[in-house]
Amino acid sequence: MSDTLVPQLVDGLAALMLLTSFALLAQHRLLSVLNWFAAQGFLLATTAAVVAYGTNNHELYISALMALLLKGLLLPWLLWRVIRQLHVHREVEPLMNRTMTMLIALALTLFSFHIIQPIEKISHLMTRDSMAIAMACVLLGMLMMITRRKAITQVIGFLAVENSLFFAAIGSTNGMPLVVEIGIAFDVLIAALIFGLFFFQIRDTFDSLEVDAMHAHLIHKDDDE
Amino acid sequence: MNLFVATLLSPLLGGLLLALVNNPRLAARINVGTGITTFTFSLLLVIQVLDVKSVDAMSGWFHLDAYNVFLLALTTFVGMTTSIFSAPYMRHELASGHVDLPRLRLYHSMFQLFQFGMLLGFSTNNIGVLWVSLELATLATVLLVSLYRTPASIAAAWKYFILCGMGIALALFGTVLVFFTSSAVLGHGNEALNWTALYANAARLDPAVMSIAFCFLMVGYGTKVGLVPMHAWLPDAHGEGPTPVSAVLSGLLLNLALYALVRCKMLVDGSTGTDMAGHIMMGFGLLSLFVAAFSLHKQRDIKRMFSFSSIEHMGLMTFAFGIGSSLASFAALLHMTVHSLVKSGIFFTVGHAAQAMGTQKMAEIRGLIRHHPGIGWGLLMGTVAIAGFPPFGVFTSEFLLFAAALEVYPWTAVPLLLGLLIAMAGLFRFVQPMVYGEVASQAVPVHVNMLPVYVHFAMALVLGLAIPDFLADWYTQAAALIVAGGGGG
Repeated sequence: MSDTLVPQLVDGLAALMLLTSFALLAQHRLLSVLNWFAAQGFLLATTAAVVAYGTNNHELYISALMALLLKGLLLPWLLWRVIRQLHVHREVEPLMNRTMTMLIALALTLFSFHIIQPIEKISHLMTRDSMAIAMACVLLGMLMMITRRKAITQVIGFLAVENSLFFAAIGSTNGMPLVVEIGIAFDVLIAALIFGLFFFQIRDTFDSLEVDAMHAHLIHKDDDE
Repeated sequence: MNLFVATLLSPLLGGLLLALVNNPRLAARINVGTGITTFTFSLLLVIQVLDVKSVDAMSGWFHLDAYNVFLLALTTFVGMTTSIFSAPYMRHELASGHVDLPRLRLYHSMFQLFQFGMLLGFSTNNIGVLWVSLELATLATVLLVSLYRTPASIAAAWKYFILCGMGIALALFGTVLVFFTSSAVLGHGNEALNWTALYANAARLDPAVMSIAFCFLMVGYGTKVGLVPMHAWLPDAHGEGPTPVSAVLSGLLLNLALYALVRCKMLVDGSTGTDMAGHIMMGFGLLSLFVAAFSLHKQRDIKRMFSFSSIEHMGLMTFAFGIGSSLASFAALLHMTVHSLVKSGIFFTVGHAAQAMGTQKMAEIRGLIRHHPGIGWGLLMGTVAIAGFPPFGVFTSEFLLFAAALEVYPWTAVPLLLGLLIAMAGLFRFVQPMVYGEVASQAVPVHVNMLPVYVHFAMALVLGLAIPDFLADWYTQAAALIVAGGGGG
């Protein structure tokens, strides 16, 4: 029974993962972006637990727990606190041309399936469709970083990319070895803390969290002084 | 093996200790002391490894062979000289109010943590851990780039963080793909991420997956190497951070990324049996050489100018590793060494020059030789060396590279030579007015320590005149290892 159920579950979770990536791209209220990000973290933990059950791999339960604590709870909570302290939690970020962004996102998804095709043919693992979806999510996270103008949403895009990579590792290889997994989680945590520090530095220095205000300083350097 | 643990622990413990030391004089001394200790340990380690050719430490978690032990020693050496240089430099920055005490503490601590990340990355046997340590070294330097908290430095650090974070995420995706195919061959465990096990079984890895993986690894680690078109972060990060940081970024961190890339290339070559990876690297290398050579001419800031020269040289090395013959690999390894030595030496000099003139704008730096002969001649000598004039080592390695290129891909000689000439013209166009002529009016006397600079240049000179036998053997061994795809070790 579990021979067919577990792969189906993982495929379903992969579809949900893609859904959250699209949702992140389409939201314009900071708080809803954050909620979808947290949802993504819970999805990851569930996927890891399901795969752990399906493959009887106990190391993966630890990964699942780490994903739940770090990506589902700690990071969203930290970001939420930062948003509260910076008083931007009610802010609405105008999106640049939503329809166009969605169309590009769609094209990226198709592109990922195309790229991954030769791999899917040879895969014997139970969770092979998820590789294409994971790659699509990586690209969608990057698209989010390009289209957003605020430092905080850029960071959420960055963390969404990390989530997708975790999903790729779980979904297509049944998880990286635990040492590597822990190392990556540690790096992500440190990165998130540094990002948090940066928000305050950026706000204090530039009086806003718009990335354009910051880059103006560098572009200015290139042109003339 | 105990030596190995000591080499890794020394910067880690030093960094932790420095996080607690508030006294700037004491902190600088501990920093230098840690640098010297680490270097001594690594030197002893080199002697040990050279005897037996390759060592597996800590039950296979770490692997040292001719290729990485040499880079390990180079890293600890430049780390040590940088810490010596940074003592008077940071004292001046503290006195002039650019940094305060807590930030100086952060600087010292992060500097050693960066060093730890570098050493871990070079010595680990695990692709995943290599990725983690490269990210660790990057995170440590992000905080160092924004140390001055000026608007430009924060913007530069943000750009560095986001772009490198992106790049390195792609490299992780590539690593996942490698694990995807290797775990089918080697079983689901740490074994499937070990260089030694991977090289031994490279032919059994799926070529289609490895080709796709290499594209991700190339773009990912290529971002950290500073290859065009992923180089946008590099000039800003080098230009805005404190000078010791620019020196280690340029001289060391880029090397680690290139090292990772070359290791991946060896693996992909073994799997696909084609030159695909090498050709991609050659393309990126040539493009970087050209774009950097032209961009050099447009710069106004002295540190940004020399950071474009770093992109140019990383391009050259990537190109050389891409050719893949043993002569080309020999040239690339030699170039890696001399570039690290000369470029960090140049950054030391530039740092002192910028302090003496109170600015990094090249238009306002004038008459360095008259103002302070040590700095002026140092800058001129460094520029001569990095531009590839004999008798310095850069000339030797570029000459060898040229010979290797003529041997395998003769048509590349024309763009190579053209790129080098354009870059050289750019360097001298700016450096000459800075060193000669009347002293700029705003110049102030500074306390400098030119010893590390002279040591670096002297070593580059020795490498140019006559490479010592043991070093030549070493390069030959490492080059053979790279050509054989790691199987030879």
